[in-house]
Amino acid sequence: MGKELKVAALKNGTVIDHIPADKLFQVVSILHLDKTLNQITLANNLDSAKIGSKGLIKISERALEEDETNKIALICPNAKINIIRDFVVVEKRPLILPEEIREIVQCTNPVCITNNQPVTTRFHVQNQNGQIVLKCHYCEREVIQEKVKIK
Amino acid sequence: MSNNCLVSISDYSKDEILSILDSAAEFEANPNRKTLDGKVIATLFFEPSTRTRLSFETAVIRLGGSIIGFSDAATSSSSKGETLNDTIHMVSCYADAIVMRHPLEGAARYAAEVSPVPIINAGDGANQHPSQTLLDLYSILKTQGTLENLTICLVGDLKYGRTVHSLIMAMSHFNPSFKFIAPDELKMPDEYKVFCEKNNISYTEEKELTDNFNDADILYMTRVQKERFQDLMEYERVKNVYTLKNDMLSNSKPNLRILHPLPRVNEIDPDVDSNEKAYYFRQAQNGLYVRQAIVSKVLDSSKQQESKR
Repeated sequence: MGKELKVAALKNGTVIDHIPADKLFQVVSILHLDKTLNQITLANNLDSAKIGSKGLIKISERALEEDETNKIALICPNAKINIIRDFVVVEKRPLILPEEIREIVQCTNPVCITNNQPVTTRFHVQNQNGQIVLKCHYCEREVIQEKVKIK
Repeated sequence: MSNNCLVSISDYSKDEILSILDSAAEFEANPNRKTLDGKVIATLFFEPSTRTRLSFETAVIRLGGSIIGFSDAATSSSSKGETLNDTIHMVSCYADAIVMRHPLEGAARYAAEVSPVPIINAGDGANQHPSQTLLDLYSILKTQGTLENLTICLVGDLKYGRTVHSLIMAMSHFNPSFKFIAPDELKMPDEYKVFCEKNNISYTEEKELTDNFNDADILYMTRVQKERFQDLMEYERVKNVYTLKNDMLSNSKPNLRILHPLPRVNEIDPDVDSNEKAYYFRQAQNGLYVRQAIVSKVLDSSKQQESKR
């Protein structure tokens, strides 16, 4: 048997590739794939020349919303998102973090106003010497990308 | 949002800071001016802070304005579960500006977004307290005659002390040098050291308070708080190491002045109080003039905005 894993080709939908193996189920969770009725293919611990061991998600008949790609960009910035139509990749969507992230991230500061009152969270995305840092618009607490808490 | 709010010291440019200090000096020369005649200012103190509240209220009354508000959340509608958004909208129906102290961090920034009238932040948790920073700057300017090229020694709780963090931000406009003196548990967080490096501000760090501030122009003391320590033995050791005594001042520069945001506990021995270098009580008095300047600026720019409409 060859190394190639047999996964059904996707007719229409989204492929998220190059997910670090330890992040796969976090991506499943933030996209709420456990609740979706679409056909999904999950694969993990696949060989990857780039990152050693990777995960892959195929979601049939679904295009991701912008806030969903933002979430993925926060967790695994090097993942690749391909939009498939009629078995053909019609769009390679780059994962770029916006300058400001609203709503999807929770502030790590327990006494931040956003954790105690009905206030939509806002974070400013900053690059501090190569490290991506999110700064809460309200309490000004900073959190590095790896420690971000997604709602 | 009303953009003439004061939420954080970083909202003010160098010119705005200097104009507040100029205006504070005018108020010091003549504190009783009726520039707020007919104005109503709300002081909403969701957590008690007698010193700050009395200072703001005195500032408003000396300018001829009137005060409404509360000094403790227990007596306000927030104890019934009203959101901050609703309280701010309700109060803005009555008041021309709101001075607010709130235990939640970020509360002031949020209030400034939803409020139709200007918000002045009188402290949001451990986050920002810009009127304290401006009165510190005013005290430094008044005692040194300049803000430029000073050596400032910060002592005590440099980790959690918001006043020292804001002071570094504000002084960054004026080419200072800093000396940070703190125990390991309470040393200056890296983000402020990175800020200094980025802004070409020189600093040194030390762990003991002796007379190692002899080159300083300002000695800024802060309270070492017991609740910050996990190991109480460590607190007992540290609290006595960080007590400033009068004899430690004998070789200090003649222009040195000692500041402290108050209240102090045992970090400044009472025998320092009679030294002419002790400035902390007059520093508190300067808060009145600075707050007169802040309230006036906030209402003045809101008036200008209205006339433009």
